[in-house]
Amino acid sequence: MWTWFFQLASPKWVYQFADKLLPWFRWITLVLFLIGLTLGLLFSPQDYQQGNTVRIMYIHVPAAFLAMFVYVVMAISGGIGFIWRIKMAHIVSVSCAPVGAIFTLLALATGSLWGQPTWGTYWVWDARLTSFLILLFLYLGFMALHNAFDDRKTADRAAAILALVGIVNIPIIHFSVYWWNSLHQGATISKFEKPSMDPDMLKALLTMIVAFQMYFLTVLLQRIKAEILQREKLSGWVKKKVTNSTAN
Amino acid sequence: MSQLTSLIKREISVVLKSQSEFVYPLAFFVIVTSLFPLAVTPDPVQLAFLAPGIIWVAALLSILLSLNSFYQADFEEGGLEQLLLAGVSGENIVIAKSVANWIVTGLPLVIVAPLIGVLFNMDWQANWVAMLSLFLGTPTLCFIGSIGMCLTLGLRNGGVLLTLLILPLFIPVLIFGTSAVQAASTALNYNGQLAILGALLVLTIMLAPFAGSAAMKISID
Amino acid sequence: MYFNSIGEFIEMGGHGFYIWLSYAIVLGLMAFYYIFSKRLAKKQEQTLLKFYRRMNSRTETSNNVQTSLGEEK
Repeated sequence: MWTWFFQLASPKWVYQFADKLLPWFRWITLVLFLIGLTLGLLFSPQDYQQGNTVRIMYIHVPAAFLAMFVYVVMAISGGIGFIWRIKMAHIVSVSCAPVGAIFTLLALATGSLWGQPTWGTYWVWDARLTSFLILLFLYLGFMALHNAFDDRKTADRAAAILALVGIVNIPIIHFSVYWWNSLHQGATISKFEKPSMDPDMLKALLTMIVAFQMYFLTVLLQRIKAEILQREKLSGWVKKKVTNSTAN
Repeated sequence: MSQLTSLIKREISVVLKSQSEFVYPLAFFVIVTSLFPLAVTPDPVQLAFLAPGIIWVAALLSILLSLNSFYQADFEEGGLEQLLLAGVSGENIVIAKSVANWIVTGLPLVIVAPLIGVLFNMDWQANWVAMLSLFLGTPTLCFIGSIGMCLTLGLRNGGVLLTLLILPLFIPVLIFGTSAVQAASTALNYNGQLAILGALLVLTIMLAPFAGSAAMKISID
Repeated sequence: MYFNSIGEFIEMGGHGFYIWLSYAIVLGLMAFYYIFSKRLAKKQEQTLLKFYRRMNSRTETSNNVQTSLGEEK
């Protein structure tokens, strides 16, 4: 069992494993999206206060949740790479950043479009929205810092430090709706209490969250493949693979 | 402790040697705050309303500017490397530079801020809280700034990148600082915000030296 | 089904613009990035091919230089 675990540190093994997993992930993602969208758009009720705009929740909440989740993955894998000097961990960390930034952007955009018909404004500077904007800046800063170094190893390590320093933002985002009673609503799904949401809505929401997760894994593996090819370009297996596959 | 104090003394003496350089951030602060009455409105009521934010943003930017002088020269001339090779811990270097930065830049800001407050027609209660909030907030900014500075040491466009990296991390301090002053100017209780500023300060002093030291060692290798 | 007609579906009780714009942005951007990241590996292979060719030609020319020097002697 432990050999399997240590293989995770080998770029070559991860590349081949990704190749095997990707077709499955792609199909699962597609199916989950189709189911989730149908449930959300057609088979779930309106909200008694917000009307049909509540349907934006089915893309806003997963995007926001994933944005925070991906940041934590990025920070932890960066930390693992930094402490134990495992380059595969850095590859994962760097590959997370663009997806995470996209999710953050989508959460902000959909939130803004949801806010206009329901709250009457596209933006409000309350704690959750502001700290989510900070999350976007952290992602962009991570990518900018990584690009600024010529030596890739230094870039990896510096970016990992930045990701770890910024991780304090995640609890701030999560708890901000409890600490400040302002415009953004509190959490409706909690581990310990029964959710206060209509079951049809809950089904759609959970399906979409899982769909977004699978999307993240799919896109992450694709990005990791490209990153591995670039970083391992001097190794024998990459040379063989590239010359063989393009010769066919 | 004595190593730390001698390091701090070294930092301060290096900065003071260039005589006028340490005045620049302070002059920047005064000039920038003066721009707003000219650009926005000279109306005293509105100025008093805008003052907390303007003073805090100007203080933040002044500290951002002052970071460079503590690190760049040392890095380029190899002083940092020499200190590390001599066995001085990276954490001590970060603490020393941040403390020195605060003494040379932050403390004058804290002292001058009430004068700017008077120019902005803030009442004495708000002025006093502005001073307190800056007193608690500026050291935090110095420490956070040193992390960013260590990450971008030796990079070509380090200055701009530093701004992009550091400002998101400054934002919580900014929010609580201005919130405290606004509460004071509307005669509400401001102790909560000051307490959180204090907590942020303690947290930053505890954690920043490690992050900064790790970043410094990366940049120097 | 919570809608009685396709017209109602698109209208979404008057909020259609916001809802469909949100869905369009989300699905569009995610689809774009999916395709983009998929193509990255392919593009990387092309770049690497060129890189290997340049490396091979460099070692070839240096070998030629070596042998020609040897022949002169």
